[in-house]
Amino acid sequence: MSFGSGTEAALVTEIAFWLIAISAVIGAMGVVQFRDLFRAAMSLVVCLIAVAGLFVLLRAEFLAAVQIIVYVGAISVLLVFAIMITRDVAQGSPSNKLRLPAALIAALFLAATAFVVLNTDWNNLDEAIAADAEIGGSETLAAETVDQIKDIYSNTVPWVAGLLLRDFVLAFEAASVLLLAAIVGALALVRER
Amino acid sequence: MGLEGFLLVGAVIFAIGLYGALSKRNALTVLMSIELMFNAVNITAVAMSRYIVPARLESAGDVLPLLLTGQVFAVFIITVAAAEVALGVAIVIALYRNRETVFVTDAIEMRH
Repeated sequence: MSFGSGTEAALVTEIAFWLIAISAVIGAMGVVQFRDLFRAAMSLVVCLIAVAGLFVLLRAEFLAAVQIIVYVGAISVLLVFAIMITRDVAQGSPSNKLRLPAALIAALFLAATAFVVLNTDWNNLDEAIAADAEIGGSETLAAETVDQIKDIYSNTVPWVAGLLLRDFVLAFEAASVLLLAAIVGALALVRER
Repeated sequence: MGLEGFLLVGAVIFAIGLYGALSKRNALTVLMSIELMFNAVNITAVAMSRYIVPARLESAGDVLPLLLTGQVFAVFIITVAAAEVALGVAIVIALYRNRETVFVTDAIEMRH
């Protein structure tokens, strides 16, 4: 996981990854399996928090914080609010007629994706660095490049901020306009006539 | 774990979300399933940017921060997801007000 930080640390991150991954998948299963919508929403919250944990393991601390604030804090509250408003209608979340074809399509998608993931020769950064360290040279990456990569991944937040506010500033501003349009649209849709 | 582990978790969550979005009648469950798919895509984008060496990196320099482009993508995906949920919930509430239903199978006309 990290750039050679000892076997104990690697074991701990391995265990943490599997715990978080399993809880994310169980939470996702709950969203589609619970008949009570409120329980499905709480299950979604479990899944979203687990995804924030995965972001921490991937050295994306800023994203983990955004995930907690936006998804767990705002979106899930909005969903629970809507569930409460429509509660007298919503007797659970029944499936429509397409349940079996949908399950089949999802299973086929999963099989195809898993096949591709496991059979592709990924250009893996950690493996490249490890291979370079083993032969004591710099076959794929220059030594100063490796140092700078380690520097970036020791604290990614300032680098992400630099990207957001410098290289991607146009998209950043466009996102603000998108959010404004969404707020106005939502207000127009639910306004009392 | 490693790259393949993260990609597989993303694929599993995406498949579950796909199943939910295609098979459920309640519009709110469909929205929640779409959120699951957004999250799966985010995991994949961040994992890719964390583990994969860009070809340009061999002649590195100031392109190195671009290693983190996947995280920037995920930030924008989260923004779009927030806008989508706000509008989706508004549509569901408007549908509930006009038709007394939240089932997508009952919303078969665009006028109200």
